[in-house]
Amino acid sequence: MKRYSAFSLVTEGLRGHRGWRPAWRKADPQPGYDAVIVGGGGHGLATAYYLARNHGIRRVAVLEKGWIGGGNTGRNTTAVRSNYFYPESVALYDLALRLYEGLSRELNYNVMLSQRGMLIAAHTPAQMEICTRIANAMQLNGVDGELIGAEKALKLAPLLNRTADARYNCMGGVWQPRGGVARHDAVAWGYARAASDMGVDIIENCTVTGLLIEGGKIAGVDTDRGAIRTDRVGLAAAGATPGLAAMAGIRLPIHTYALQAFVSEPVKPILDTVLLYLGTGTYVSQSDKGELVFGGGLDRVPTHGQNGNLPAQETVISGLLEMFPAFAQLRLLRQWAGVVDVVPDSSPVIGPAGPEGLFLNCGWGTGGFKAIPAGGWLLAHLLATGSHHEISRPFDLDRFARGRLIDEAAGSGIAH
Amino acid sequence: MQVFTCPFCGPRDETEFHFAAEAGKKRPIPAEAVTDDEWADYLYMNSAPRGAAREVWLHVTCGEFFLMMRNTVTREVAEITPLRGRTG
Repeated sequence: MKRYSAFSLVTEGLRGHRGWRPAWRKADPQPGYDAVIVGGGGHGLATAYYLARNHGIRRVAVLEKGWIGGGNTGRNTTAVRSNYFYPESVALYDLALRLYEGLSRELNYNVMLSQRGMLIAAHTPAQMEICTRIANAMQLNGVDGELIGAEKALKLAPLLNRTADARYNCMGGVWQPRGGVARHDAVAWGYARAASDMGVDIIENCTVTGLLIEGGKIAGVDTDRGAIRTDRVGLAAAGATPGLAAMAGIRLPIHTYALQAFVSEPVKPILDTVLLYLGTGTYVSQSDKGELVFGGGLDRVPTHGQNGNLPAQETVISGLLEMFPAFAQLRLLRQWAGVVDVVPDSSPVIGPAGPEGLFLNCGWGTGGFKAIPAGGWLLAHLLATGSHHEISRPFDLDRFARGRLIDEAAGSGIAH
Repeated sequence: MQVFTCPFCGPRDETEFHFAAEAGKKRPIPAEAVTDDEWADYLYMNSAPRGAAREVWLHVTCGEFFLMMRNTVTREVAEITPLRGRTG
């Protein structure tokens, strides 16, 4: 693999940029692998990378039905943060954030992590109490979380509506300085490049059509490009996971919904934090290109269609304009949606699926992007060792039968 | 805005409706004999089908539960039937 550096950039620049090579190999499926990962998004590619890097397992295939990073990895609003409530969640999401903090160097690929901070803003005394609770929980869990008042919040987001008749007058909120954004495509591409370099086959346009189970163990997968034998399979396919699990007769605690996101036309710098407003449920940041990237809650009709419906758009956009009346002048550039896998306690499902050798990494719902490095790390651990990492243990599918839900919907006020 | 047809009220905006559950779930009985796994399966586990789905919906404004057959990709509604009077 040719290393990227300032030197290589200058050298290539002088040569007219004719020497760049594709960042990863296009591979064809081989008859057998040590492990197969279904889903070529961030989680699947990170899993392949950590299988090779942490566990020395390199005969690995990542099967992607479309193009890598084309699902929810390419459809989110790129925020990274670990401001959760329960210790189990903070351990999980802060592992991800810590890995993100070293990722560009680790992968030799600029994922453009920008820790510009994230503010969860409140506009009522009750919400401020919730924010106090979250900030306290974060501090008890050893993560940077700080309760701030209106003055500091308005310094962080000076364009917030503070007129006398503002519906949601900001009272302050929870501030996480280490939160921020990362370039979503680069995360997928960086993991793909580093994994490919270690021997992982990344196979695009390859749809899994069946799971081969023999004697209660996974034996391989059927695909539209032939059967592949393996005794370890990881499913990391977000909204497509229920369909894959059904091939092995497994039902999951998942409903699938469309989650929409939007970008405005680009403007000069006006917002240098990530902002989530509890009162509107709308969150927004500004991209490096100047576009406002924003989103909100789920569409309420369960779907597998990667498009959104108007009621959710109206809620999100009207929420944004209540917070920032000035943004009404902007035109909407694009709108899109991803199909997210929502579980009742708004926490992911990581662990054995049932048949020996078959593992799950799903249920991330609206928050999968921020967790990519951890999801990959933990699924790789499961595939390599057959057992849980201590961080993934609480997120096992068995929590639903044991009654040990990790209810972040109630704990940290996730919108769904 | 999608319009669904409540068997009691007629066509109304999607915002008035709430997805309740996948149809066909049978509550396991008797309670004292139900295992944790059976109960979790009944409470939480779904198929989340891609394509044809059979679901129970609630028209929130009037409280009517009904059965809806629809396509989860195209969002096309195939059939709506009332649940009133049904016992199983």
